Amino acid sequence: MASRWRWFHQLGSPKWFFEKSSKWLPWIWAGTLILLGIGLYYSLWASPIEARQGQGHTVRIMYIHVPAAALSMVGYVIMAIASIIGLVWKMKVAFAASRAIAPIGAAMTFIALFTGAVWGKPTWGTWWEWDARLTSELLLLFLYLGFIALHSSFAERAKADKAASVLAIVGVINVPIIYFSVKWWNTLHQGYSVTQKGALAPEFQVPLFIMIGAFYLMFIGLVIMRLRVEILMREQKSRWVAEWAAGQNGHK
Amino acid sequence: MFSALLKRELMVARRNWIGIVIPLFFFVMVVSLFPFGVSPEAPTLQKIAPGIIWVAALLATLLSLEQFYRSDYQDGSLEQTLLIAGPTQVASAKILAHWLLTGLPLVIISPLLGILMQINHGFTDSTHTWVLMLSLLLGTPTLCLIGAIGMSLALAANRNGMLVAILVLPLYVPILIFGTSTVTASLENFSYNGQLAILAALLMIALVVSPFAAGRALKISVS
Repeated sequence: MASRWRWFHQLGSPKWFFEKSSKWLPWIWAGTLILLGIGLYYSLWASPIEARQGQGHTVRIMYIHVPAAALSMVGYVIMAIASIIGLVWKMKVAFAASRAIAPIGAAMTFIALFTGAVWGKPTWGTWWEWDARLTSELLLLFLYLGFIALHSSFAERAKADKAASVLAIVGVINVPIIYFSVKWWNTLHQGYSVTQKGALAPEFQVPLFIMIGAFYLMFIGLVIMRLRVEILMREQKSRWVAEWAAGQNGHK
Repeated sequence: MFSALLKRELMVARRNWIGIVIPLFFFVMVVSLFPFGVSPEAPTLQKIAPGIIWVAALLATLLSLEQFYRSDYQDGSLEQTLLIAGPTQVASAKILAHWLLTGLPLVIISPLLGILMQINHGFTDSTHTWVLMLSLLLGTPTLCLIGAIGMSLALAANRNGMLVAILVLPLYVPILIFGTSTVTASLENFSYNGQLAILAALLMIALVVSPFAAGRALKISVS
């Protein structure tokens, strides 16, 4: 019983995480680079261009747009789960993780919105449409920014952690509500959907999946790097950080 | 216990009655700006009326949040009430008092705004006014409930005012959508029962989640 949950308790120790993650990071970055290399080669060069809808090369935007959009949502859910873990089990690393994820998730949301706008101009003839997905993605960006704004408004870090965590949890309840409300709102006015998808042909699908895998690994790598900095800042008074810092200086 | 807490909230508010009236003035004034800004013609006003009235109601609720929480937090009475009652109870009393003194008055004066925005233009009966009131009656409690979470979270923060707006406004979007579309559907002679049902459903969800979450947030703020 105790041993089954050991990994969970170990994750709760900032020191353990900091030491272990330095060994994980090279592997994660290596995987990211390999997948990104293959994925970018196929998606930007080797994959066919979309002829049916007359999109030409703009279809290649998809290979950045879809992974970023997927991670913007997954990132928010992970942030909320980390917040729940932090509030329930008072786990320091979980609070640090939700703080570490927020800016990266916000960046992913922004990339998804930006590439979507760039892709939308040639295909739909407009930079922006108040479509269900676009609107809920925009609101997701606002939720991320609200989390960051709230977290940065406190003098005490412990309070900031708890308050921002409550907001993240309330926000995650609202994400499906926002999504469906916007969807129904939209269909009340316009009957067409611009994001309708047919089945993707395999020559599009395979590079897309590779790119999604690459983005996931990149996301994990970025989060771990931010989390390590976050841990160092939070634990700056503890002895192991002082020892680690001394070791870093010794190397130079 | 709950009624004692509620009584206290209402008494504090009565002694500071001008703070209760200002959001109502704000509500009326913001709405009456639009005929100057957009067009004084009745068909145009009627078309934008649901959105304008709802956005104004939303902002008025947001503005009035401050006085129900801020001064209690600053003079320490919030900490004392949290010692004698559970956080969920304290939050519920505040939310109910806030709605009784802001949400309900907004509902009551909304027919006046309906007239200003020509909502019954071209109709012989006043159905749309009733629909507007009904949508606000179901929507404003949800606004108060969600606002309470944001306000309680922001209490201990360095910045105020704007921060609450940033936290709460994205969460207000579903209520705005369905509140506005209720009235719009009624104006276009469509059935609006579905939208009202969703407003009620949102209210139920908020009723379950929000007093608890706001209570936790109050606890965090005073800790």
